[in-house]
Amino acid sequence: MNDIAESNRCPWPAAFMRRLKRILPADGLLQKSSDVTVYECDGLPVYRARPLAVALPRTAAEVGQVLALCTEYDVPIVARGAGTGLSGGALPHPEGIVLGLARLDRIVAIDPDNRLARVEPGVRNLAISEAARSFGLFYAPDPSSQIACTIGGNVAENAGGVHCLKYGLTTHNILALKFFTADGTLHEIGGPTGEAPLDLCALLTGSEGLLGVVVEVTVRLWSRPLTTVAWLAAFRSLEAAAASVSQVVSEGIVPAGLELMDGLALSAAQDYTGIRYPEGSAAVVLAEVDGDDLAVALDGERLRAIFAAHGAFALQQASRDEDRRRLWLGRKSAFPAVGRLAPDYYCMDGTIPRRSLVSVLTEIAALSRSYGRPVANVFHAGDGNLHPLILYDAAVPGQLEQVEALGAEILRLCLRHGGTISGEHGVGVEKLDGMCAQFSAAELAAFHALKSAFDPHHLLNPGKAVPTPARCVEPGGMHVHGGRLPFSRLERF
Amino acid sequence: MKDNDSAQAFAAAVRAAYDADTPLEIIGGGTRRAFGREPAGQPLSVAAHTGIVEYDPAEFVVTVRAGTPVAALDELLGRERQTLTVDVPRLGAASTIGGALAVGLTGPSRPYGGALRDAVLGVRIVSGTGEILRFGGQVLKNVAGFDVARLMVGAYGTLGLLLDVSLRLARRAEVEEVRDLAVDWRAAHAALRRWEGALPVTGACYADGALHVRLAGREERVAAARRVVGGETGEPALFDDLRDLRGSFFARPGDLWRLLVPSDAPWEPRETLIDWAGAQRFWRLSGDPGPVFEYATRWRGQAMRLMGADRSQGPWAPSAPATMALMGRIKAAMDPRAIFNRGRLYPDW
Repeated sequence: MNDIAESNRCPWPAAFMRRLKRILPADGLLQKSSDVTVYECDGLPVYRARPLAVALPRTAAEVGQVLALCTEYDVPIVARGAGTGLSGGALPHPEGIVLGLARLDRIVAIDPDNRLARVEPGVRNLAISEAARSFGLFYAPDPSSQIACTIGGNVAENAGGVHCLKYGLTTHNILALKFFTADGTLHEIGGPTGEAPLDLCALLTGSEGLLGVVVEVTVRLWSRPLTTVAWLAAFRSLEAAAASVSQVVSEGIVPAGLELMDGLALSAAQDYTGIRYPEGSAAVVLAEVDGDDLAVALDGERLRAIFAAHGAFALQQASRDEDRRRLWLGRKSAFPAVGRLAPDYYCMDGTIPRRSLVSVLTEIAALSRSYGRPVANVFHAGDGNLHPLILYDAAVPGQLEQVEALGAEILRLCLRHGGTISGEHGVGVEKLDGMCAQFSAAELAAFHALKSAFDPHHLLNPGKAVPTPARCVEPGGMHVHGGRLPFSRLERF
Repeated sequence: MKDNDSAQAFAAAVRAAYDADTPLEIIGGGTRRAFGREPAGQPLSVAAHTGIVEYDPAEFVVTVRAGTPVAALDELLGRERQTLTVDVPRLGAASTIGGALAVGLTGPSRPYGGALRDAVLGVRIVSGTGEILRFGGQVLKNVAGFDVARLMVGAYGTLGLLLDVSLRLARRAEVEEVRDLAVDWRAAHAALRRWEGALPVTGACYADGALHVRLAGREERVAAARRVVGGETGEPALFDDLRDLRGSFFARPGDLWRLLVPSDAPWEPRETLIDWAGAQRFWRLSGDPGPVFEYATRWRGQAMRLMGADRSQGPWAPSAPATMALMGRIKAAMDPRAIFNRGRLYPDW
């Protein structure tokens, strides 16, 4: 399962280490086992490898020098933000260094007149909105780990979140980037509106650290909505809940967020948070609409009618901040809550067209029964991004293999319905095999050619995100990943 | 709309061009041929590659062949009371969706509905070696693989031949109207900021001392917004003309420039046209482009030559040397023998 070899032997010449130490601040190079252990995995801890060294620069200039030095000595580099990623993208390379960017955490400038912020990559996602708050502005993409995850990591993963349906993903909210290629050359791309001769910002965003190391990000800020109303609709069947979501979409209503939780997720959230959902709920839909008063009122009216038409038997509405927080609490803590139902769970991330919600959820339920493995569903229904959570116990022989097979079937199901293997968590090391199912050999070759255009010696995060053609012809299904989440109390997804 | 898939024929043509090392000029409706540098190459018409690959109105996503005229697509979507999420320029009835993507311009809706590239979910292309490749998909969230689909937008057809594209759609506005206000640019900019997020504004331009605001959406909201915005009822076609680079301003002589600047940059010189609520400025200028670059530099923006008499000049000034070299390697990765639109974006591409 985890085929990353560990090595205790330092493979680099002494001169490399000497020069690396000179570039970095006094406390900027970690090598002691006790110091580097924390860097051995990201938010997908089933993949672990102890790094030989961790470089922690404080400035962009230091980042450039570290990269140039690594190129000179042919040393692989794995860039890392807060390590909250969910696909093993920040897994250390056995012969490389980890380049931790969390100390580049300055908010360089907030420009309220032009609705933008310039920040270093180690700035936390939520810190941008906090800094922009006094201007009546906010940064929209909100992965649920937003209290901890960094904007650099968000760019690397093209992070999503609950409010992407209306405000877009990270890629829609990036105006300009400064980044180094592996050889230590600085590039500045984008501009005040994000337009450019070639859309390199699009290419860099979601490239999982394979193309460059970002040292400054210019993000778009949005005006805080005047009014926000959240709705919770309770249904007696998962199918009815999913059908109501499909209808909201089909009427062209674009709520800020549109989420769904099934019965298993609800009972877990209820036990974990103590909040009560309406008695007899087999599924709930959470919808949030924002904007001016009239727009919110008109959308709210339609939502109420749609939910009622699909048999919602209870409807709750919240507009004050604290009431909305209560309504969202169960959703936001659903992952740690489900984590208490079984020793392990495997979280999936496929996306499907919204019209297929009912049929895919029905098929997942049937697969769950035939494999005898419970599956909880709590996900971004409005944009079709599923997060089935397969419950299991890695200590019981055979369960891992079952989950492996079930997970592979669910991803094939997503692809069959015209979807994708990853909506927002990235490929990392976790979904390399799924990439073989989604892309042809020629398409994968195009990705490798682009990788080589940026990084000819393949030093940046090698082996992640894009599988080699050789790997794709190997037999075998998707890899399995369970294990407990680190930062288990952090809100997720 | 009849579906005509010429993908295999295009792939064969590109393979032959690759083998013979002869460049191709990709031509859709031919309405944007004056954009960019004069390309070398045998004309390859993609105008017959038309039709709808997939359109389920309930999904608000359409997959369309690149040779489909923008106007025909718009009419089809209109029957379902839907529309593209952004204003897509059509420079004539023949203007194709593929041409619109290749040039990558977004109309006046840009500050409110995002860029054309934001609406792109996936593409199918022919690569420079003649292979048919698919990137992205038909779903809103997709992080598998590098984002080659959006990279195609604005690349002037130099990275691949567009076959099909999947686009996100929106509900068509129930009503739309234009308000005209005689105010100075500073006051206009301040008002636009005030209305942001509070009113259903979907376009704002400024010229000749007047602010023009497009309101669109449900009837009640537009009516409420009309009372706040005030002014006089304007010409409804004004924003269509602006989208399509038509009308008196664009009829003036000289090279057509667009400047991308912070939206609060001043209105000068006064014969220019402000779009995108301030963030885009159109200039008509004959001869020395010095003043354009001076203004762009002063306001930390960018200048792009859309159309010019001197076809040896490219749309964008060269980027920093190292970044030019990187872009050159990207071009080589997608189109190793520079078959597509040779020289159109940069001299040696």
